[in-house]
Amino acid sequence: MNRVLMQGDEACAEGAIAAGCNFFAGYPITPATEIAEVMAHRLPQQDGVFIQMEDEIASMAAVIGAAVGGARAMTATSGPGFSLMQENIGYAAMAEIPCVIANVQRLGPSTGRPTSPAQGDVMQARWGTHGDHPIIVLCPSSVRESFDLTVKAFEFSERYRTPVILLLDEIIGHMREGVELPADKTTLNVKREQTLVPPEWYKPFENLATDVPPLIPFGEGYRYHITGLHHDERGYPTDKVDEVEAWTARVYSKIKQALSEVLLYEENGIKQADTLVVAYGISARSARHAVEMARNRGRRVGFLKLQTLWPFPEEVIEQAAERIHRIIVPEMNLGQLALEVERVAGRRKVRRVNRADGEVIKPEQILSAIEGMR
Amino acid sequence: MKTQPESKVHERYLRHSKKFPNVWCAGCGIGIVLGAIIRAIDSLSLDKNDVAMISGIGCTGRMPVYVDFNTMHTTHGRAIAFATGLKLARPTMKVIVVMGDGDALAIGGNHFIHAARRNIGLTAIVVNNLTYGMTGGQYSPTTPLGARASTAPYGHIEPSFRIAELAVTAGAPFVARSTVYHVAELQKYIAQAISTQGFSVVEATSYCHTTLGRINRWGRAPDMMRRLKENSVTVQQAEKMSEEEKKAKIIRGILSDRKDIPEYTELYREQIIRQAKGEKA
Ligand SMILES: Cc1ncc(C[n+]2csc(CCOP(=O)(O)OP(=O)(O)O)c2C)c(N)n1
Ligand code: SF4
Repeated sequence: MNRVLMQGDEACAEGAIAAGCNFFAGYPITPATEIAEVMAHRLPQQDGVFIQMEDEIASMAAVIGAAVGGARAMTATSGPGFSLMQENIGYAAMAEIPCVIANVQRLGPSTGRPTSPAQGDVMQARWGTHGDHPIIVLCPSSVRESFDLTVKAFEFSERYRTPVILLLDEIIGHMREGVELPADKTTLNVKREQTLVPPEWYKPFENLATDVPPLIPFGEGYRYHITGLHHDERGYPTDKVDEVEAWTARVYSKIKQALSEVLLYEENGIKQADTLVVAYGISARSARHAVEMARNRGRRVGFLKLQTLWPFPEEVIEQAAERIHRIIVPEMNLGQLALEVERVAGRRKVRRVNRADGEVIKPEQILSAIEGMR
Repeated sequence: MKTQPESKVHERYLRHSKKFPNVWCAGCGIGIVLGAIIRAIDSLSLDKNDVAMISGIGCTGRMPVYVDFNTMHTTHGRAIAFATGLKLARPTMKVIVVMGDGDALAIGGNHFIHAARRNIGLTAIVVNNLTYGMTGGQYSPTTPLGARASTAPYGHIEPSFRIAELAVTAGAPFVARSTVYHVAELQKYIAQAISTQGFSVVEATSYCHTTLGRINRWGRAPDMMRRLKENSVTVQQAEKMSEEEKKAKIIRGILSDRKDIPEYTELYREQIIRQAKGEKA
């Protein structure tokens, strides 16, 4: 272990490199630019490629193209760029191309406030593309977690052949913390699944029992077709209902089967609690503080920090909420993940604590919600 | 060039596992361009494993699915950007991008000029049928002034892009234009384009008799072919014409063939990676 002082954005870039990322395409945007800058510097040192594309649509496209060529690929952006990427993120979901998209959230719709933090893209990360498909979204609440969850993002993207979105925010991205990074990073290097079948038998979208057929890069003798159209197991366009249905069922099933791996969270004190605080990202830091203050005042408060936002950890919430009377969900938006908590735990149990003006939710605000509930 | 009968050549490149027939209207020029690409690749004796064909969305975008290369049908306008990523990941691969005029120059115009400026080693083949074929004959960036389109019922008032000239200005080292009538010439240019190190462009002037042609009463596919034949002149012939005369003509030939611009992935390797590694050592 070596201790260093670094930003969340830098930690994200270093995590990517540790995971074996060797391709980055992006377009500058506050507060994500530092990720691109670190990548521009670091990737060529490891024979990797950094390219600044003409916009975010092109960046996302290049990431997918590189991944199809066998690269471990990512991009990083913020709200306006994330909006532009949506069509191609949907393409990655449809064609099951492993890739990682970091969205360092900033405030507001449109240009909003570029230098202010927010958690306003939680729903966009899930539903920003058109059509039905699963997606994995991870959300760090510290610099160290930016590193760790970026590694996880690559692991999940390769293992489950899916785009994975990292939701940072302006504070996590820009904040500097002392972190200890693993000295030996070789163990973190993510590998892509290989196939055992010869080219003539290979079906890139095969309905296998594991639900994740391996993706063989272009140029390795397995010539096949990829399309954003609904397709059959070989990748050829189809309009047959049973083939369309089989694809949809498989891509949902592959994530469902992986829930025990994919759902990351930290919990404490839930067993004895009557009140639960569910938080994520930057707000989880204030929430932890508030929980401690409340416990010091003799309250029985449980704490659940979600690192995986999507797929939404329904069962985790369900179990935690069973004997709990009230659940507090602080987030820097006007209530996004709270909608899911309410869906699972029931609306009457949930109290939202929101702020969407560029200021972090203060622990006191959460504490008064804990204390203010009947 | 090899002398095998044409049908035999195609057989070796078409996907037998793919269910034919194809999606194109009878008489469409897109198939002619695909045939020319296949024969050009065959004439270069390339290994199929080292060839990728990437397309966007449109009738032209349906080309890759039929051929036995590494093929990817991407999103509307973005084929060049996808191909850029692939080329950077696999610099030795021959990456051919096929696009319609709307795909390449309306929604994808920005990627087109930037790829030319960057000089990344892709071959862009633009099937210029003067309209949006797939969506039914709306006006595109190359629809002629005054023509009617399904979205220009009163006549088109926008000037056109000249695709090949635009590519030259944006920096593409190899640029040529031909038509689907002049198939042998088209094939030759495509082969030259694929052999180019940097960004190469071939504009294949075509037609869409079932949409724009029908709306304008330009006749059937053979009539359209005749128009391509009668309306086109070579670069050499054009040199003797006045600007006014040239305007109405399709100018066929090689518009640029430069060897002095370094290719992007090579430059990346030689300059960026070398320096980065030196810096580290
Ligand atoms: C983002 C997006 N916008 C619009 C469309 C609808 N669309 C499909 S093909 C097409 C135009 C095709 O015209 P062109 O690129 O010239 O190709 P052609 O069909 O003539 O070969 C359009 C607008 C789309 N698929 N995606
Ligand atoms: S609509 Fe036009 S471009 Fe498309 S296949 Fe038919 S003739 Fe060709």
